[in-house]
Amino acid sequence: MQQYIDLFTQHKSRIEASCAPLLNQAREQAFETFRRTGFPAYRSEDYTHTDVPGLLQEDFGFYLNRPASSGAFPLAFHCQMLLQTAFSAYDVNGYFYSGEKNQPLPEGVFSGSLNVFAERYPELFSAYYHRLAMQEADGLAAFNTAFVQDGYVLYVPENVIIENPIQLTNLLIGNQRSLINRRLLLIFEPGAQAKVLVCNHTGNEQTAMAATQVCEIFAGKGSVVDFCEMEECSPQTIRLAAHYVRQESSSDVRIHAITLANGTTRNNYRVDLAGAHAELQLSGLTIADQRQRTDNYTVIHHQVPDCRSHELFQYLVEEQAIGAFSGRIIVAPGAQHTEAYQTNRNLLGSREARMYSKPQLEIYADDVKCSHGMSTGQIDETALFYMRSRGIPEAEARYLLKLAFTMDVLRGIRMEGLSDRLKWLVEKRFRGELIKCQGCI
Amino acid sequence: MLTIRNLHASVNGKEILKGIDLQVNARETHAIMGPNGSGKSTLSAVLVGHPAFEVTQGEAIFNGQNLLAMPPEERSCAGLFLSFQYPVEIPGVSMVNFMRTAVNEHRKYQGKEPLNAGEFLKLMKEKQALVELDKSLVNRSVNEGFSGGEKKRNEIFQMAMLEPRLAILDETDSGLDIDSLRIVAQGVNQLKRPDNATIVITHYQRLLDYIHPDVVHVLYNGRIIKTAGPELALELEEKGYDWLK
Ligand SMILES: Nc1ncnc2c1ncn2[C@@H]1O[C@H](COP(=O)(O)OP(=O)(O)O)[C@@H](O)[C@H]1O
Ligand SMILES: [Mg+2]
Repeated sequence: MQQYIDLFTQHKSRIEASCAPLLNQAREQAFETFRRTGFPAYRSEDYTHTDVPGLLQEDFGFYLNRPASSGAFPLAFHCQMLLQTAFSAYDVNGYFYSGEKNQPLPEGVFSGSLNVFAERYPELFSAYYHRLAMQEADGLAAFNTAFVQDGYVLYVPENVIIENPIQLTNLLIGNQRSLINRRLLLIFEPGAQAKVLVCNHTGNEQTAMAATQVCEIFAGKGSVVDFCEMEECSPQTIRLAAHYVRQESSSDVRIHAITLANGTTRNNYRVDLAGAHAELQLSGLTIADQRQRTDNYTVIHHQVPDCRSHELFQYLVEEQAIGAFSGRIIVAPGAQHTEAYQTNRNLLGSREARMYSKPQLEIYADDVKCSHGMSTGQIDETALFYMRSRGIPEAEARYLLKLAFTMDVLRGIRMEGLSDRLKWLVEKRFRGELIKCQGCI
Repeated sequence: MLTIRNLHASVNGKEILKGIDLQVNARETHAIMGPNGSGKSTLSAVLVGHPAFEVTQGEAIFNGQNLLAMPPEERSCAGLFLSFQYPVEIPGVSMVNFMRTAVNEHRKYQGKEPLNAGEFLKLMKEKQALVELDKSLVNRSVNEGFSGGEKKRNEIFQMAMLEPRLAILDETDSGLDIDSLRIVAQGVNQLKRPDNATIVITHYQRLLDYIHPDVVHVLYNGRIIKTAGPELALELEEKGYDWLK
């Protein structure tokens, strides 16, 4: 940890020189928080299964020279996850690039670099940036805020609807072992609607890459937000991501966390249901084999009455992989008529595979409907035999059953064609084919 | 077609089949009857290769092949089919996908090209009509939420799709109303060919009124204790099994 404190002290001026002044405003205080708390300690209450200090102990290189912002994306890279996109953007090692063929977005929408947003919309920036992340003195978020140099912002003004999804592709490239810090800020004013797909890829299978990510989502009154993040990275990749979501009344938010291939992943989701009749669907699908680790940590906070949350996380853990799920649901005193449902289903494919699941319901209101269900098991042997008895070879039968298992989560995605596309990727994943989303990298 | 000699099988160390001998030839329909718990389902499970059962002695030769050495999927491709007493629900796997995979595996085994989507759908439609299986059912997950009768019809539908050489129907009639029973039985009869055979496991004469057996066996306590012509079924219907023990 000391090396990061030294690095910051030495290079602070260089980092700041390349960034918008408003972005730098949060930096110093975040650094103080980080200096005080450090990274979240391994085995501390919320980090039972991810050793953040251990993962970041080794020396990682930092990119400190931010290129001139808003440049067009320099690589011949076309991700075809979506057939129709309203806008495509890239984040390469923490720096924003705009996609090539972007059509104009509806008037008033901002979709672009964090620095540009800070300069062009200073009031909005100050009203939203770091507002959710700062509520928790989380060392990881503080670290990100201290070092971050760029990121992506989507701002959708009141009642503006963006029909086609926006796609952001996060790339970790280069052959230097490095640590990058990425930021996402998504602002939905009342009545706004948009869908965002974030794809995560690594370019080089051999190089160890670590990324921290802080994503803040503000879902205004009556907004409709779809946020799907897909990770398909090399086994050498470390991903430490924290998502903060605030939902105002009658907002409708759907979040999907799809981990298809990775190294070590930690995803935090903290969702505050802060206005009545807000509705949340938070889903995750993890497919892990080899020595992959995925740890999803979620907190859904029902702060007011009449909100609904549906949480569904499914893990398919094979070989020596490890999965962890922590699902905390808090129903505040007085948050009557809350409906909160949580399901965690896990399929273990080997004796060595491990799954840790921790549901945590804290209910301080009496007139609520809450439930949670957790199951961890193996492939259904009766179904397997039934299929084999019809001539389907064992491997194929297993494959079909695994595919069926993943569909519960993918089915809930509201982006046109995306669940089919993901299903296709999952199929390739199970067939052991190199999974690169067609045409990517 | 099928020759079983001195077949012994056990589950969890408990012997269930205690020396079965059975010869089934092409064109023939055999009925196996017997009280609950006598081992009828065990015999069919052993023949299709259910991993829970261990064969401790004996052999089963199916069209010249050593059946017991083959994995279940190969037994199916070689032409053996079991209509399960309790068909399995498989949420998330569609009937279409399930059947297309199965049919094409059979074709691969026979050295034939896989059916394309159009050919496959045509075949499905044709066979669906045979057992009057509701069209909506084939668009669902395998057996998921099917009624008891629908599950049994679905078994016969799968049989029609796979055209086995030897079909074993394990209590396909139990739990069926009169109409379903008739439809299932008619389906089975229409699938009869000079080069295939059927084993019907049942408690009741009811089904045998439609599917006429050539030979009737009584299985009791893991052994076949009596074999006779179709008149035996009527006698059992009247007198029960006690007089045989
Ligand atoms: N999986 C199993 N484990 C333990 N015992 C079993 C199992 N399957 C069947 N049996 C036993 O084997 C005997 C024969 O059962 P079964 O073959 O189902 O009879 P039937 O089909 O003639 O009614 C019964 O005593 C039953 O309890
Ligand atoms: Mg039985």
